Amino acid sequence: MVKIIYVEHNGARHEVDVPEGENLMEGAVQNNVPGIDGDCGGNAACATCHCYIPSEWEALTGSRSDQEDAMIELADTAKPNSRLACQIKASAALDGLELHMPATQH
Amino acid sequence: MATRLTDTRVTQSLPQGSVTWPLPPRHRPDLPNLDKATLESYLRSAPLEEIDIADPLWWETDTNHVYFKRLRSDAPVFFTHVNSNRHRGFWNVTRWNDVMAVDTNHQVFSSEATLGGITLFDMDQDFIMPMFIAMDQPKHDVQRKAVNPIVSGQNLAGYEALIRERTQEVLDGLPRGEAFDWVDRVSIELTSRMLATLFGWPQERRRMLTYWSDISTSDPELPGNPGKEERQGILLGMLQEFTMLWNERVNSEPTGDLVSMLAHNPATRNMPPMEFMGNLVLLIVGGNDTTRNSITGGVYFLNKNPQEYAKLRANHGLVENMVSEIIRYQTPLAHMRRTALQDTVLGGQLIHKGDKVVMWYSSANRDDTVLDRPDEFIIDRARARQHMSFGFGIHRCVGNRLAELQLKILWEEILKRFDNIEVLDEPERVPSAFVRGYKKMMVRIPA
Repeated sequence: MVKIIYVEHNGARHEVDVPEGENLMEGAVQNNVPGIDGDCGGNAACATCHCYIPSEWEALTGSRSDQEDAMIELADTAKPNSRLACQIKASAALDGLELHMPATQH
Repeated sequence: MATRLTDTRVTQSLPQGSVTWPLPPRHRPDLPNLDKATLESYLRSAPLEEIDIADPLWWETDTNHVYFKRLRSDAPVFFTHVNSNRHRGFWNVTRWNDVMAVDTNHQVFSSEATLGGITLFDMDQDFIMPMFIAMDQPKHDVQRKAVNPIVSGQNLAGYEALIRERTQEVLDGLPRGEAFDWVDRVSIELTSRMLATLFGWPQERRRMLTYWSDISTSDPELPGNPGKEERQGILLGMLQEFTMLWNERVNSEPTGDLVSMLAHNPATRNMPPMEFMGNLVLLIVGGNDTTRNSITGGVYFLNKNPQEYAKLRANHGLVENMVSEIIRYQTPLAHMRRTALQDTVLGGQLIHKGDKVVMWYSSANRDDTVLDRPDEFIIDRARARQHMSFGFGIHRCVGNRLAELQLKILWEEILKRFDNIEVLDEPERVPSAFVRGYKKMMVRIPA
């Protein structure tokens, strides 16, 4: 299990254990974390699991795919450290990762 | 069905293809009558090659699902050749995963208006209305971003009280103990008020927006509808009226409505008139037809599924989940269409460059290899948000959150007032393979 901390826009923190290999959108949805909907089921085809990665974790979480980048770039709330949680898989190296959510998802 | 990578059936080319106006007569099956049972029985047994699902007949009678069930099982990516002198021929994509593959591959599957655009029947090539849904990157992205803020979280929060107040007013004005048309009194009324607000359009003339929306998607071949040229004239009239608003707003401070946003954004402020008109049509249809038909559909589905209506009465907390289920089950836009920019393989079929590819959202939403019991309307369905109705990829619906908010407020307010809304008769449906909707549905609220 990998400990992931989902932080809502209002600061509310949700600490969740995500099985290794599972993507972080699923980790949130399976544990009823509010603010991450995952409408497309993990295909980087919507942006309802949009989150921001703290700079110290960026190297470990990797970079956006083309499809992911196209979806993020259409969001008003996009920032350079935006990712889609469904495109990041839980691994031991990510234990303790904090994901920060925008005010709303589209 | 065996995989046929050598299939030579291709979409006839544009603009030299054989489609000319007026369209040649449509081939229709020779049936003793056109009642629902006869049509369904035909769709169950006729050779797939013989069926043209683009025919409004299958939509007005709500029988098309029989054909799609067959395609999903036997020929999930299937080329329709019959009546290609009317529509040039098209690929039907019917399964969830194949639709997802097309929708997320905008590099290969184009939305470009001059290739025909995003509906099964090509946009009139002598009356091209550029609009961002019918554009590819990069222009699509900058225009879409110009209107995105209208449905930002902050804006939606600002609309919430207004939507609730209007919903209360419309519901409180409904008659008790007598029959009335839910489509007119509620579905059109609420969506036209919302649209007028979004455009900063005078409320007292809101039904003009409904009219233009209906004209935009109307089939010029159907009796009673304006013909092709008359339709173009009506839309040019709309452009004229909106141009006056544009001229007022371009020279004043931003007012936060769509016209003002388009007039002030560097990406859109120099749009040619036809492009302004195209984007108006997109935003009007997008905000009108879709939510309107989900408003009607919800009442219909609850009547057809009394156990679900009972569940809802017992637990008002199910509203939000039910809203997603209504949108899935209705699928207010049955399809979106793309044009292949290169040869490619999809579901084992060879798609040629230039082919028309129709993603049937209404079919993907009933794919039982991905969804549990998809033919059933289940208001507390697990992961109800995972439906195809808003599309996926870069063209995904801009207004999805607003639509959900309107429907959520409506059902919250309905439950506060009415224990039952009784559907009196089968609704009249829109004869269209694109807008999956209702013209009329008579209901009664017990006194």
